[in-house]
Amino acid sequence: MLRVGIVSPGFRGRPRSSGPELPPGQYLTEDFPVLSAGPTPRVPMDRWEFVITTETSREHRWTWADLMALPSETPTVDIHCVTKWSKLGTTWRGVSLDTLMSDVDTAADYAFVHSYGGYTTNLPLADLLDGQAWVAYEYDGDGLAPAHGGPARLLVPHLYLWKSAKWVRGIQLRFDDEPGFWETAGYHDYGDPWREQRYQGD
Amino acid sequence: MSDPHLDGNALAGPLREIFAVDVTSATSRCAACGQTGAVANLHVYPNAPGLVARCPGCEEVVLRMVRTPDAAWLDLRGAVSLRIPI
Amino acid sequence: MARAAIPGRLTWRVGKLAEARAETPTARTLVLDVPGWPGHLAGQHVDVRLTAEDGYSTQRSYSIATPADGDRVELTIQAVPDGEVSPYLTEVLSPGDPLELRGPVGGWFVWRPTGVDPVLLVAGGSGVVPLMAIVRARRAAGSRVPFRLIYSVRTPGDVYYADELRRRARDDAGLDVTFAYTRAVPDGWPHPPRRIGVADVNTNGWPPALTPDCFVCGPTGFVETVADILVALGHDPRRVRTERFGPTGG
Repeated sequence: MLRVGIVSPGFRGRPRSSGPELPPGQYLTEDFPVLSAGPTPRVPMDRWEFVITTETSREHRWTWADLMALPSETPTVDIHCVTKWSKLGTTWRGVSLDTLMSDVDTAADYAFVHSYGGYTTNLPLADLLDGQAWVAYEYDGDGLAPAHGGPARLLVPHLYLWKSAKWVRGIQLRFDDEPGFWETAGYHDYGDPWREQRYQGD
Repeated sequence: MSDPHLDGNALAGPLREIFAVDVTSATSRCAACGQTGAVANLHVYPNAPGLVARCPGCEEVVLRMVRTPDAAWLDLRGAVSLRIPI
Repeated sequence: MARAAIPGRLTWRVGKLAEARAETPTARTLVLDVPGWPGHLAGQHVDVRLTAEDGYSTQRSYSIATPADGDRVELTIQAVPDGEVSPYLTEVLSPGDPLELRGPVGGWFVWRPTGVDPVLLVAGGSGVVPLMAIVRARRAAGSRVPFRLIYSVRTPGDVYYADELRRRARDDAGLDVTFAYTRAVPDGWPHPPRRIGVADVNTNGWPPALTPDCFVCGPTGFVETVADILVALGHDPRRVRTERFGPTGG
């Protein structure tokens, strides 16, 4: 690893390990760091909704009750944050985007994800399908805590975790790839941890 | 009380890597609500892939900064203007 | 792989720990020698960067505890339970060891001895560090500006600079120091421990009519409570400067 500073004699930092099962530059962590770009949104459950808007402005809406009525899955996945920590074998419960998209008619290539509180992120629509993404509402057997994106977040574990938008509210399907919150500030449009695509130009 | 956050004083070091003058004593005007105040008084959320500074009045983003290995990205679209004392 | 420094922009420098002094059982003052230190204003801080053998690095900000004094820079570090950086700085870093820092930074939360208005300093826990730099700067400049420091702290054993504050309250003309204890009080204290409130600030601060410059530093909750009290008492919000410390940077 490229060292940018002088070594601080005797400094170890938090327990961490790297390994072949981790993407390049990542460290394994035992806890679950909370990263946030702003105050935690509080969303009353009776007003919570998830909306998929197509490129023709057709809307597909789900209330919380609608979401709970859909078949759910319990994926076990590895997650990788661009700030270099990774967590292996995390367990979730959520509704697959394949289920949510099953009745959606679209020719769009890209998804622009937006959340309660204003956060946004972008990714190709294909990366949300084929068992790669969920609207997740349980983590480790419990309801998803607000600090970790509850009541529901997007979960797209094959990309860096900033793409797994916390407090997800909806997805806009588009023909163009509109950069979101971190993508307009220097982070990569796609974000594949295995190719270490952290920043624009990587 | 709002969620745990710091204030714009925490931006002093990162901004001083880019600018030759202190920017935390500059006055910013929020593009969303028009509130003015010292950059030092913005609400800063540092536990993120970058620094995010929000308006203490309306909590909209005023300033964002990301440090990559060879660049600093500074997004000021949330500020109408910055008045920097010289 | 040093990159050529751009004149005017700040880059990292390396200081050396000259000595360390215990302030409390869990807080330590680091006396650093930083060759070429450009000087600083009381209230400014530095960013400290630690790097492990494998290249992992992390940063924290610490206020400078002393006024400008050649190459000497003092930081007071509080050991945070389960912290990542503070245990290293309070227990491992030894005299002769290098420490990388960037600074001085911060132009808002500063006091210049050329000021003439009375000054109110309100400290919450480790928030006393930059305010102590201001108290020391006042003395170093021979200033007679009236100063009041209200220092909120959990217990008498948590007070930083205890002996020095006693001495200064006695010897620095025009400086008053009062304490607010939130968890345990000294023997004979007139009331039980309690969070700082309107009464403390009203009694031990300056009346708004004197248009004092107010500096409030500590954890976010403390700073917001005190700033609200000052404004409610009638102080001009533009004369209240605040600096929030992290809930725990570690």
